[in-house]
Amino acid sequence: MEKQILSGNEAVARGAYEAGCAVAAAYPGTPSTEILENVALYKDDIYCQWACNEKVATEIASGAAIGGARALAAMKHVGMNVAADPIFSMAYAGVNGGLVVVSADDPGCHSSQNEQDNRLFAPHAKIGLLEPSDSQECKDFTKLGFELSERFDVPMLLRMTTRICHSKGLVELQEREDVPVKKYYRDIKKFALLPSTARNRHVAREELLIEMEAYANDCPINYAEYNPGASAGVITSGISYQYAREIFGEDVSYLKLGLTYPLPRKLITEFAQKFETLYVIEENDPYLENAIRALGFTNVIGKERIPICGELNTQIVREALLGIPAEPAYRVELEAPARPPVMCAGCGHRGFFYALSRKLKRFVPVGDIGCYGLGANPPLSASDYSLCMGAGLSSTIGLSKALALQGDSRKVLGMVGDSTFFHSGLNSLIDVVSSNANVVACVLNNHITAMTGHQQNPGTEINLMGEPNHMIDLVKLIKATDIGDDRIRVVDPLDYQAVNAALDEAAEIEGPFVIVTNRPCALLKEVARANAGKYCEVDEEKCRGCKKCLQIACPAISFADGKAVIAQDTCNGCGLCMQMCNFDVISKVGE
Amino acid sequence: MTIKSILLVGVGGQGTILISKIITAGLAEMGYDVKMSEIHGMSQRGGSVTTQIKYGEKVYSPNLGIGEADLIVSFEKVEALRALPYLKAGGSLIMDDREIYPMPVLTGDAVYPHEAYDRLKAEVPSVKLIRAAETAQSLGNMRAQNIVLLSAMVKLLGLDNKIDWKKVVAENVPEKSREMNLAAFDAGSAMLEA
Repeated sequence: MEKQILSGNEAVARGAYEAGCAVAAAYPGTPSTEILENVALYKDDIYCQWACNEKVATEIASGAAIGGARALAAMKHVGMNVAADPIFSMAYAGVNGGLVVVSADDPGCHSSQNEQDNRLFAPHAKIGLLEPSDSQECKDFTKLGFELSERFDVPMLLRMTTRICHSKGLVELQEREDVPVKKYYRDIKKFALLPSTARNRHVAREELLIEMEAYANDCPINYAEYNPGASAGVITSGISYQYAREIFGEDVSYLKLGLTYPLPRKLITEFAQKFETLYVIEENDPYLENAIRALGFTNVIGKERIPICGELNTQIVREALLGIPAEPAYRVELEAPARPPVMCAGCGHRGFFYALSRKLKRFVPVGDIGCYGLGANPPLSASDYSLCMGAGLSSTIGLSKALALQGDSRKVLGMVGDSTFFHSGLNSLIDVVSSNANVVACVLNNHITAMTGHQQNPGTEINLMGEPNHMIDLVKLIKATDIGDDRIRVVDPLDYQAVNAALDEAAEIEGPFVIVTNRPCALLKEVARANAGKYCEVDEEKCRGCKKCLQIACPAISFADGKAVIAQDTCNGCGLCMQMCNFDVISKVGE
Repeated sequence: MTIKSILLVGVGGQGTILISKIITAGLAEMGYDVKMSEIHGMSQRGGSVTTQIKYGEKVYSPNLGIGEADLIVSFEKVEALRALPYLKAGGSLIMDDREIYPMPVLTGDAVYPHEAYDRLKAEVPSVKLIRAAETAQSLGNMRAQNIVLLSAMVKLLGLDNKIDWKKVVAENVPEKSREMNLAAFDAGSAMLEA
């Protein structure tokens, strides 16, 4: 059998392919993004699309599953909050074709606003839960997920974590199974969730969970590894199994759980009663531990020693359980300056945020999720808070009321990107306009979903499958709210004067105002190609060293020997720094 | 055999992930179990990037903690300094001479520690300074820095004669830059001998 080195995300895509999955949808979000990007490699066999948000993605997959096709929806952990509504309903409705929902959690907040543990969604929604611990299991569990979904008539949650998604290992490949689409059938009592039908569906769900627990107690992915002379028992799942295995080797026995909801209580009890010392090793919340304690085992060692916060690794677990502290072998008393992510050279967001940062006496700025979230970092510091997708526009309504109540005359200015606007910012804007809120709603359009690595969205020319998209013009969409042409401005964010003028108008007018900045991401291939060979240059003789150009925080500009210096290989000639210079000593080369 | 752990550190855009892919493919070809773990996302925007590779007869954890790396390869000076706590006692450190100023240095809020190599040399006997970026530049493109470092890394781990590494490199780089990358590979192993 052919073996390939695959990341967890690639392996999930491969698993979907091999399992005969026919429809897949997702909204991009680190660490889940590569799942759909890799499903798109099989676009001849799997219809796939970027949905405008996770709820829509899950609903696309749900429709396919009700229709009899195997379907998959993928998202990052916080996306599952958005998708929770259809997931909870599908738990009652059940499926026809198998439905797998993938949640990629991010312990350690490598690129997220929280580190919520989405295993807890499974008992809450009453759906099955699978936790792969390496790439091979990502593929195997995805396939098993479709089978179990059909067997127990329930959506299956495949819960990954950053370390599983983005680690690579050897995976054995198989051929695609021939899974015919099941015939669509009409069953109003099952699928039309009205109070009268839902009550019965709840009963059916509880009954199937009992059957599923019996399966969990006796299935190949929940198993004990007994080692002779073991000093303790370890119960674990997901990536934590790998940490445990590396630390303890064959000195302990393991109960390795792959299907963790419904939990195999009989299997756990049989294992746990054999050991005086019982370690439960898991990342983030005490999901397994609480269930094991509820079975009456008080000798459990878990979260009293292993941190709830942050990502684990072997060294953290070793220190927590064995008391062996991590000691760096070498020390050098020399500080390494922090290297925070920054807006790229030529990024349009820089121009908008710089102009805004000069006007914070008139505006209270509110951000959202995307590259422009970096606008909160110094020296721009022009974003007071960011919560979740869409809140950058909707929360401005409430904030403006609170500020008015305390006599603060500043106008609230909210910002979302184009992808965030299509995700849920459109709904937020509808409320801004219809409630006549005294706020500025800004859409920073860079023509792509940039932060996650350039995924298409409803405003791009092509779609995930490389076919032409029915492009949606977000300015027309905003104008359709009838906000009025005097209340909307479309500007180039790198045109400092135009941005200033739009901000001044926005500050002066009472009521809602919209600013759309229009500038494609500098990293887009066609943009980079068009800018090749262009750069800005400082006239060393004339530069007075005033450092004004450094205020825009461009990674291409540094300061040496009393003069500004622009790195040719980093700069792409966007010209924002030229507009900053009071002495006209920066010029553009390569035009 | 015991498991070997390698930590690659650099700055977004330096090509750490490509050479992790190449070395992982090579190790698998040799018959090792191998796992590779990378953290990206925000790091695409000029932040620090780390990649971890572990190989041996059977690898469990894909990542490593403080004091667990047998080898650290740093694409940039400050990143070597930042990664030092992960080095195992007796482990090796290869660092490029390249300096990339982070934003706090560009804005004057922090000072770049140019003396990083000398200070590291005083503490870590095994540290090796390699002018990989400079060499790649002289071969025609600074982007081949990663292949120079890959070559040095393979040699230092004693894996250089086990398989045809240049074939693995050729399979993983674009055709138009193949020649240059192969030249970069030759340059890298020569540098470690010097």
